[in-house]
Amino acid sequence: MAKKFLLRSLVVLTALTLVAAGCGNDDDDAAPAPAPATEAPAPAATEAPEPMDDPEPMDDEVVAAFVFVGPVGDAGWTWAHDQGRRYAETETGATALFVESVPETAEDFRAVALDFIENEGADVIFGTSFGYMDTMEELAGEYPDVVFEHASGFKMNDTNFGNYFGRMYQPRYLSGMAAGAMTEADQIGYVAAFPIPEVLRGINAFTLGAQRTNPDVEVHVNWTFTWFDPALEGDAATALLEAGADVIAMHQDSTAPGLAAQEAGARWVSYNSDMSAFAPDAFITAPVWNWGPYYARIIDAVAEGTYTPGAYWGGMADGIVALAPLADDVPDEVAAEIDEVAAQLTDGSWDVFTGEIRDQDGNVVVAAGETMEDGAMLGMTFFVEGVVGDADPS
Amino acid sequence: MSEEALIGLFVATVQFGTLVFLAALGELIAERAGVLNLGVEGMMAMGAVSGFMVGLETGSPWAAFFAAAAVGALVGGFHALVSVVLGADQVVSGLALTIGGLGLAAYVGRNVVGERPETLFTDLGIAGLADIPWIGEIFFDQPPVVYLAVLLGFSVWFVLARTRLGLAIRAAGESAPTADTAGHSVMALRSGAVMVGGAFAGAAGSFLSLYMAPGWVEGMVAGRGWIAVALVIFGAWRPGRLALGALLFGFTLALQPRLQSFDIELLGVEVNRISPALLGILPFVLTVVVLVIISWRYRHRPSVAPAALGLPYRREER
Repeated sequence: MAKKFLLRSLVVLTALTLVAAGCGNDDDDAAPAPAPATEAPAPAATEAPEPMDDPEPMDDEVVAAFVFVGPVGDAGWTWAHDQGRRYAETETGATALFVESVPETAEDFRAVALDFIENEGADVIFGTSFGYMDTMEELAGEYPDVVFEHASGFKMNDTNFGNYFGRMYQPRYLSGMAAGAMTEADQIGYVAAFPIPEVLRGINAFTLGAQRTNPDVEVHVNWTFTWFDPALEGDAATALLEAGADVIAMHQDSTAPGLAAQEAGARWVSYNSDMSAFAPDAFITAPVWNWGPYYARIIDAVAEGTYTPGAYWGGMADGIVALAPLADDVPDEVAAEIDEVAAQLTDGSWDVFTGEIRDQDGNVVVAAGETMEDGAMLGMTFFVEGVVGDADPS
Repeated sequence: MSEEALIGLFVATVQFGTLVFLAALGELIAERAGVLNLGVEGMMAMGAVSGFMVGLETGSPWAAFFAAAAVGALVGGFHALVSVVLGADQVVSGLALTIGGLGLAAYVGRNVVGERPETLFTDLGIAGLADIPWIGEIFFDQPPVVYLAVLLGFSVWFVLARTRLGLAIRAAGESAPTADTAGHSVMALRSGAVMVGGAFAGAAGSFLSLYMAPGWVEGMVAGRGWIAVALVIFGAWRPGRLALGALLFGFTLALQPRLQSFDIELLGVEVNRISPALLGILPFVLTVVVLVIISWRYRHRPSVAPAALGLPYRREER
């Protein structure tokens, strides 16, 4: 009997490990690491790939290939990338292929990428999940004639491997302005996935925006430690609403927090894409991704032979991030102020993390008149004043 | 913690408890018949996706619920075929069911990700009772699946403890040769139990996708199938204790987001400083603790676990 118990406990523990590992791997939206992009030495190309026997029947047409971590129908992260792919296909006339739901393991990515390169004649491969980074770096060394572009990572080389991401904190600030104006309880709940710099940066930007339209506002953060658990994400939103919040914001990929808000008669700021269809009564606005122009630009550069790798971190000026349309009941003067700030963010005359900014303990983190540098923003580990919650919960 | 929040905690406790209770009740039936099925996670995922798709198509949550149960039974039938009829290792077959079920669910549901269901289960609001302060909101204003789960819990207890069929099922789980000698078909009893268990898991999955988190997305079961497996051990293979355990596990699941939103002090310790990541594994920790306790208490007696659990039965090998 003891043996059986032992076996059972072992199995349960194994399962637990699997679940835990799953949470880590599924991070489709990971933050760029604090380190600014440095020129990582390209790994020695151990084996030059054999010259391909002309896999491109149509010589002048560029073939772009996208590797997505989730399903294109997720209404969130992958959906937004797929919209970008479609846009680029129309704009450039290139063929833009994709494979969805590719796990972040090296073998999976490699198999998909090699199929694109050898059978479809892909000239440029976009990988849209943080976990693809190391495999893309290796492949870039092995296939010098193919361009590799990696979303949300921080590695690159001199010839054919670059990375790109967006300053999501800018539209998050604008969405905070709308949310601050809409809360009557002066309490906003924020359902957040993991305490990593990207998420902290979003929460801080959102809070600063909310404070601009509502100086008394508090933003209560609830950590879920998952990207993919709608039941928990929805329940976290419910818990925040029960605690007194009347607006829910989120850094999650599911629509569950919005459904919970709608159910409770509260309001909702979604993320990734305009999710107004899911909870039309609750929806206020959303900071959204708009990858299309960047994809079109890279594909054009590859077509013209002018591509050079970079560490791209575009903002509202480039259109890679934007704010979804506001709900009709957002007051006109708030909408006008949001437009005004959006214009400043776009023309670069002002940015979100401009002093004076204090952290939760009241320490000045950005002095008056100064603006935080990219490196500091990418490595953010604190909460600004007005956030209720723990920036380092574990 | 405000009154509303405290009520909310218990409302969520009942709902999460129902979710894991339904799935665990199914696993209990299979295990009492002597078959360990580690495929609960996969069966729940298949139930969640098929229930959601039928719900989208028909607009009827009940059609969705029973379709999910049918799919769960079918998937459970695979485990029955492999481990009961063919006598393969139950652990391996069950794990294959989890991995395969999750993958198949992702494939089947790839086109309905992000779809919005029109009709869902709604809270019943039982006349007269729902208005009782506290109790009403927690116990009498829940979706119908909650009450169905209670009914099923009693039924399973009754069948197992008070009927000839139950006796035969338990015999198959304690000593298959004895059941065989008594003229029962061990294969039929075990296969049936596994399929009914699968139906329960599938139905639990649809409760997830049609009420708790309306919609389908890959991975949405998020380990709750494993909590159900743990819960059977926690409940010492008894429906009554299973129900208590389900409420306790439901409470830990509901506590995870809520602890962060409130300042709660217990014995001078700020409880809400406990990491939410750690709270998530509380059900598993509790299970291990209970395992230790029951193995200690039963150290000189036969185990509480069905004696033939996990052992394939072939007549000629007796």
